Amino acid sequence: MNNVVAPVPHGVTDPMVSHPVLIRRIIWENDDTFTLTLDMGDWAGPFRFKPGQFNMVYVFGVGEAAISISSDPHKTNLLDHTIHRVGTVTTALAQKKRGDVIGLRGPYGSSWPIDAATGKDVCIVSGGIGLAPLRPVVYSLARQRDLYKRIIVLYGGRSPLDLLYRVELEKWANENGIETLVTVDRGDTSWKGHIGVVTGLFNYIKLDARETVVFVCGPEIMMRYTVDELGRRGVPPDQVFLSMERNMKCAVGFCGHCQFGPTFICKEGPVYPLPKIRPLMERKEL
Amino acid sequence: MHTEDLTTILQQHPFLAGFIDEHMKTLIGCASNVRFAEGSTIIREGEIANTFFLIRSGRVALEIDVPGRGAIRVQTAGPGEVLGWSWLISPYRWHFTAVAVVETRAIALDGECLRNKCESDAGFGYDLLLRLAEVMESRLEATRLQLLDMYGLSAPEVRA
Repeated sequence: MNNVVAPVPHGVTDPMVSHPVLIRRIIWENDDTFTLTLDMGDWAGPFRFKPGQFNMVYVFGVGEAAISISSDPHKTNLLDHTIHRVGTVTTALAQKKRGDVIGLRGPYGSSWPIDAATGKDVCIVSGGIGLAPLRPVVYSLARQRDLYKRIIVLYGGRSPLDLLYRVELEKWANENGIETLVTVDRGDTSWKGHIGVVTGLFNYIKLDARETVVFVCGPEIMMRYTVDELGRRGVPPDQVFLSMERNMKCAVGFCGHCQFGPTFICKEGPVYPLPKIRPLMERKEL
Repeated sequence: MHTEDLTTILQQHPFLAGFIDEHMKTLIGCASNVRFAEGSTIIREGEIANTFFLIRSGRVALEIDVPGRGAIRVQTAGPGEVLGWSWLISPYRWHFTAVAVVETRAIALDGECLRNKCESDAGFGYDLLLRLAEVMESRLEATRLQLLDMYGLSAPEVRA
């Protein structure tokens, strides 16, 4: 049983102990998704994380939930978590106000291999709240824009009102030379953008398959279809990375709640290279 | 527009990628260049369907009029994509309304002309139908995914 326990995260003496942090701001992105900005001023040293990693967010007396970090990795004093209100803990988090205190431990898990994209095109494919764990990637790429060729963000949402980070999506396109294509499943006549599934957006970009690194995050069914589409377009599997989601409890590889076949998502994931995860994605019982 | 220009435009459209010269010559007789201003209706639900559009630029939205809710946009088609196959299937009526979301340019292929050429030239007809079947398959797959409402619900194993 070697290497079962994940390394102790930076600044945290015991990976199972939460530390109190102050809620600085709450922004509702849509009807059931909100972004909590946490003040990390009292954390033991700067809170450093890599894009794709997650924290365990604790509502005292209610419980913990694993939430991806969605802010700029270079800003260590404020930390964003974009949260979909779907269960007991996230509903309790949704009721919090500015100035309230919650518990936090982390960061945990693997990260998007941004270095693998140096000198290449980067294509980010996201759906729904799947854009949240990829947002730190966009910040990181934009900060060192010259290191990459094309940066493409494909984003699909349920409706125009459900889209996350709407202002930023425009900003990325206008200020950072990022090709940003957004689509929704349905829209009214005021929506001038694309309507259809996110994989349909590949029709509008000319992908240089051999020279593109792809990061994918969204509902599993969306990721499966995206992987199929990338295969049809000739993108080598080892250039594709996905972030998987499961309910996590301990986050350090003890409890097995997040077991996905032979792997624990909290420890080896959530970001995986496609060749490692593809056989598991097709197994119904997982 | 000269026939040569139309041929070049048709050859560049992804729907016709690899279309052999002989079939391209057959097709060109049914083709004309069209342009739609932003907001204009291109086809209307219930009306006779007699055109197949190859979109060159812009964006077209397919709408269904839902009583009490107005027009709901269910899909868009853009450059390199196609619009409409009801011209092929009896009773040749549009099932959707299509509106130009932005100024849109397309090649319009006359439906009756295409049907006649498919009847008289089986090779041409088979090639065209195979391409249309690919589009239909892709749209069907996309529609199934949209029906899942995949962004609306979280799987039980990830609720917390």
